[in-house]
Amino acid sequence: MRRFALIAVPYLWLLALFLVPFVIVLKISLSDTALAIPPYVPTLDLSEGWDGLRAFFAELDFENFVFLSEDDLYWKAYLSSLRIALVSTILALIVGYPIAYGMSRAPDEWRPTLLMLVILPFWTSFLIRVYAWKAILAQEGFLNQFLMSVGVIADPLTILNTNTAVYIGIVYTYLPFMVLPLYSALERLDGSLLEAAEDLGCSRFSAFWLVTLPLSRPGIIAGSFLVFIPVVGEYVIPALLGGSDTLMIGKVLWDEFFANRDWPVASAVAIILLAILIIPIVLFLRNEEKQREAEG
Amino acid sequence: MRRLSWFNTTSLTFGFAFLYLPMVLLVVYSFNSNKLVTVWAGFSTQWYGELFRNELMLDAAWVTLQVAFLSSTLATVLGTLAALVLVRAGRFPGRTLFGGMAYAPLVMPDVILGLSLFLLFKPVFSQMGIHSIVLAHATFSMCYVAVVVSSRLVTFDRSLEEAALDLGCTPLEAFRLVTLPIIAPALISGWLLSFTLSLDDLVIATFTTGPGATTLPMRIWSAVRLGVSPEINALSSILIGIVTVGVISTSLMSKRAILKRIREENRAEP
Amino acid sequence: MADNTRKPSETEFSPWIDPSAKPLIEFRNVTKKFGDFTAIDNLTLDIFEREFFALLGPSGCGKTTLMRMLAGFERPTEGEITLDGQSIVDVPPNLRPVNMMFQSYALFPHLSVWDNIAFGLKRDKLEKDKISARVNEMLRLTRLEKFARRKPHQISGGQRQRVALARSLAKAPKLLLLDEPLGALDRKLREETQFELMDIQEKTGTTFVIVTHDQEEAMTVASRIAVMDHGKVVQVDTPAQVYEVPNSVYVADFIGDVNLIKGDFARTGPESGKITYSNKEPAISAEVFEDISDGQSVTYAIRPEKIRVTADKPDDRVNAAYGKIIDIGYLGNVSTYHVELAGGQMVKVAMTNSTRVDRRDFTWDDDVWVSWRESAGVVLTK
Repeated sequence: MRRFALIAVPYLWLLALFLVPFVIVLKISLSDTALAIPPYVPTLDLSEGWDGLRAFFAELDFENFVFLSEDDLYWKAYLSSLRIALVSTILALIVGYPIAYGMSRAPDEWRPTLLMLVILPFWTSFLIRVYAWKAILAQEGFLNQFLMSVGVIADPLTILNTNTAVYIGIVYTYLPFMVLPLYSALERLDGSLLEAAEDLGCSRFSAFWLVTLPLSRPGIIAGSFLVFIPVVGEYVIPALLGGSDTLMIGKVLWDEFFANRDWPVASAVAIILLAILIIPIVLFLRNEEKQREAEG
Repeated sequence: MRRLSWFNTTSLTFGFAFLYLPMVLLVVYSFNSNKLVTVWAGFSTQWYGELFRNELMLDAAWVTLQVAFLSSTLATVLGTLAALVLVRAGRFPGRTLFGGMAYAPLVMPDVILGLSLFLLFKPVFSQMGIHSIVLAHATFSMCYVAVVVSSRLVTFDRSLEEAALDLGCTPLEAFRLVTLPIIAPALISGWLLSFTLSLDDLVIATFTTGPGATTLPMRIWSAVRLGVSPEINALSSILIGIVTVGVISTSLMSKRAILKRIREENRAEP
Repeated sequence: MADNTRKPSETEFSPWIDPSAKPLIEFRNVTKKFGDFTAIDNLTLDIFEREFFALLGPSGCGKTTLMRMLAGFERPTEGEITLDGQSIVDVPPNLRPVNMMFQSYALFPHLSVWDNIAFGLKRDKLEKDKISARVNEMLRLTRLEKFARRKPHQISGGQRQRVALARSLAKAPKLLLLDEPLGALDRKLREETQFELMDIQEKTGTTFVIVTHDQEEAMTVASRIAVMDHGKVVQVDTPAQVYEVPNSVYVADFIGDVNLIKGDFARTGPESGKITYSNKEPAISAEVFEDISDGQSVTYAIRPEKIRVTADKPDDRVNAAYGKIIDIGYLGNVSTYHVELAGGQMVKVAMTNSTRVDRRDFTWDDDVWVSWRESAGVVLTK
């Protein structure tokens, strides 16, 4: 019986505050906007009894979803978000792998310090760090000042308010999420495997390619999921560093909710985003489960 | 010990430079007397002064601290329970769903979490406020706590609990007197992690906030939307400073504790 | 003439011979299954008070499972277990008068030595001074007074083992279970600790049940040994009996060195028989006390130290065979000879080096005689 109570508390909490809200989002995505409080119809009125329930369901429709499919903005935003997320993940992998690899090859005494150095930015406000890039990438920003003073360029580069700035911002912010799982996988690698490979005739590079890289796959997968999935729905970075042509679905959702006060459409956007992400999320969870079983 | 190859040294140097340069620039330029942030005009601490006179900022900081403290404590309790269920409860109907719900917030985009929680709270609470943000933050933080605590639980030596039972403890006593004190560091890490996540959150807070409950990230956001501001630089530097001091001191303390332990173990005669 | 290795050994302490003695622990038809795997198979066993009882066997034989059932961490799938006449199958571990010394010691790292030992006593809600007195008594018993305030990581492996022992004895349990307690210690420390354990057991009068895979350990400390194989108890007897009178090839082979010779049995008298194992060697004359029929396949077991190597044919021993020395092992106190008999059998002989050898009596490829008495070996049918 005690076991039941132990399971029940977090279970009910998560059901109530994680699962149920999604159901509500689904319901509202099937509702219509109204100039009312709350700004949607129909509202569920249980006092009406069974008839009320049926009337309620009758009023639900897929109007919002149809609307989303008709207006170009939305499906373009989804595609753009997926594209940006994919590119950012790859960039984060390219930037993060050498860092994680370097850390795993560093002398043992350095490791705790290096780990601390990677984690420290993570503990610092991410908003502030993204904001810092605004100062760096602006027309009059540090990067342009530096490049011009050194003589590499004559006119300031326009980086801020473009997709490039968004990529830089995303890679910067999500780097610890890529580096830590990679480092964890690389650190666990048995050094004698590489020595065996070299003993059998591999060059340093092919030993890396044939042994290290494949064995670090769990880390690559974990890190990639930890970056890709949240970036698809990212709002702050594109809003702060991107331009008017940076289409990301997170921004679209935000604008629908806060600017247009259109909760039903915002909900519909969220539902479709969830539907797109459900497969990667399930794959991520499965990978996590597998990893934990392998270690436990 | 092995020395790092030039490749590794270069990647580490560039990597960490990339990570730290923006923060360093921020701190340096917070002492810039020029309002135009990117043009250096001389050393000045005026922006720090202005910051501390800014009532809105100070209020927001206080709100943020309250929310962070309450939500992390709640998240630690819930997350620890979730970790116990995941590691110890074995198979039960609905376990897959539970595992999914416990880990999904790790990757779920903030906008979805924010919207869904708002729509849940709206009919339930007449007014949103600190309480709604606290509940929201606790919900997504608990999964981070669950990750930290469950990885500690997995390596926990069960025979310690069996020994406690053997010596007369009920299962609850064994947990309270033996397991809990030993996994406490993981709980503390989880708490600190939740605290940071709460301090830092913009999107979910914006969705679930109410009158009088404006958090610091929200204030910062409204300031930076318009552009770079020297006051924000000062605020950023303060936050960076606090975190740096915190992280370095915990790192040093744990290093010293480990060394002390090694020395003690070596001193024990066989 | 009749060798008294066949009678039960008479020591001062042998309650198992007394028909009126009531056992402390009774296992009755106990079976334990983990899914499809049967760990304990219809086991029946008695353990008496004040015994130092050893469960001996290779890993996987079920000895640890049996012990955990006594501790309360496993429930039997079928069968009954009684402690002092009362069934304990449904009693949780914290309510049993049983304590366990864990293989890994399981010392609470966040508590001092003193608090570790006091832990069980505090659960019984004794008064502070009673607890104090008992803890100090335990510290004295295990010679740990100096280390009372230290934490487990501040003391050595041998000291941690003593803390684990002190902690498990603090509540003066009726039964103490020891799970491979000496495995982590080096050889010299292990020997010292074995005798210490026996001392403490006698002093406190507690019933000890020890689980081990090390037969030397079991032989040293135990009053009786239960040799286990695949969930069953094959033989329960004193160390002397188990060694000198094994009831099966399994037991004979598990304990110490043994020569096993397969052959056919022919009865020659009410308490004797002959085993024919080779057409190049004479049959072995053996004392036989069981009912074995003519022509039955048997295994003759004889320990290396019961055999003698001589250059000439001996006339004082009835069993003798001719062979060649293939290998010699010099172990300091003992020399072992591997002798290949004329029929192809390999026999291992162990002789003590009672004189200092400046030239060996035997060397490789020597032709020798191996001989032994009629009572020296055991005829085994299973």
